[in-house]
Amino acid sequence: MGVEGFIRSGLKDFLIEVAELSIFAGRFFKEAFRRPFEFKEFLRQCYNMGNRSLLLVGVTGFIIGLVFTLQSRPKMMELGASAWIPSMVGISIIREIGPIITALICAGRIGSGIGAELGSMRVTEQIDAMEVSGTNPFKYLVVTRILATTLMIPLLVLMSDAIALAGSFMIENIKGDVSFRLYFENVNSSLTFGDFLPSTIKTFLFGFAIGLVGCFKGYYCKHGTAGVGVAANSAVVEASMLLFVLDFVAVLLTDIFYDL
Amino acid sequence: MIAGYMDKKPVIEITGLTKSFGSHQVLNGFNMKLYESETLVIMGKSGSGKSIMIKCLIGLETHDSGTITIMNKNLDKVNEDEMMDLRTEVGFLFQGSALYDSMTVRENLEFPLRRHTKKFGNIEDATSLVMEVLKSVGLEQAIDLMPEELSGGMKRRIALARTLILRPKIILYDEPTTGLDPITSKEIVLLMKSIQQEYKTSSIVITHDVDCARFIADRMILLVDGINYAEGTFSELFSSEDPKVKAFFKS
Repeated sequence: MGVEGFIRSGLKDFLIEVAELSIFAGRFFKEAFRRPFEFKEFLRQCYNMGNRSLLLVGVTGFIIGLVFTLQSRPKMMELGASAWIPSMVGISIIREIGPIITALICAGRIGSGIGAELGSMRVTEQIDAMEVSGTNPFKYLVVTRILATTLMIPLLVLMSDAIALAGSFMIENIKGDVSFRLYFENVNSSLTFGDFLPSTIKTFLFGFAIGLVGCFKGYYCKHGTAGVGVAANSAVVEASMLLFVLDFVAVLLTDIFYDL
Repeated sequence: MIAGYMDKKPVIEITGLTKSFGSHQVLNGFNMKLYESETLVIMGKSGSGKSIMIKCLIGLETHDSGTITIMNKNLDKVNEDEMMDLRTEVGFLFQGSALYDSMTVRENLEFPLRRHTKKFGNIEDATSLVMEVLKSVGLEQAIDLMPEELSGGMKRRIALARTLILRPKIILYDEPTTGLDPITSKEIVLLMKSIQQEYKTSSIVITHDVDCARFIADRMILLVDGINYAEGTFSELFSSEDPKVKAFFKS
């Protein structure tokens, strides 16, 4: 196969994947509003995803806050702008770093977990067993997980943002003797509702994307146990790519909106 | 038609069933009838289309052409809700048991029960129903175990209990004794026979196990190249002079 053939086949595979993912998303919206609703399973998934990611997301957020402040502090001092550190860190974390880093961590932690779990259920015929017992496996397994990620990722991002700011404050307090009140007054005065709203809305999209890709990869897992690994791995890779695309589109739309 | 079936109603009827994967034709006009309270064994070499046929029957695979009628309902004409209701009447025992590995035995058994409120109502406490089917398969003590704590034979029994809890009128068995030692296989076959007598179910058994077929079959079909090549009782097929039938039993 020549280069042209390789590109053609790659493009074809990509378009097929996009089409299948779109159909899968369409089925989610169709099934999500149909009875019966699996509330118990939805709450169980929310608990699992939130509770099990809490420590990882919290530690990562705290370290990001610490490192970001430590790295930027010398340069800001050199420019005589050390008073702007809380504002700069606050805006960066709330608008971009908090949502995207937390979403990427959750794509690895939650997305791969969903891909592997549903994948192993597929290859051991557990999904077929649900179907033949008259249960709708899409509704029970997929709808509940996508809804849970859509709800839990924004909550985890909010928590991560708060912990990152706490980490940043700790450095400012140790190195610059900045008080808690002064630090957070600076952060609050520089943040507007316009900073907060778009970044929160995009975290719902991030959560939806992580759940959607994880479920899609696991639900259609093929080729036995080897396929489970592939499903988990590709769930992380494709969800991460999709997160960056969504982030870019969200920032672009926000920018256009502000220009108006 | 075999004598004795003239007066019975077919609960499943398959006519001219075809299924292919790309250029590979798996089922090539398969015909079959399953009668009330009958145990029909379908045998055939690997790749002869047995498992695909049974998956088409339960709607896990779509067929290319032909008709499948289960309890007077044509599968091509039922809607999604009717199909879900029909599935409570047709149990399926998977080759690998397919127990939900994140749930205990009790939860595995309660899971289908709680989703069929139309048939069973809102069940507050399903323990008595769960215990009843566990007693049928002789595993009452396993109620709070996880699937990973069960042996292969126990898993197969629990899977059978999960099938029975919906009180199906028909049970489909996909290789029920595959992967089990001879003693456990015999126990499973005896269990299938006793369940058939206790619950008065009609059954289709897909198997390679000649001993299982000999013991359980009221009637047999030999599937060759996607068609029902030979049909009769076990002894009729076993003593057949047809070279393909002979070759199958010799292998």
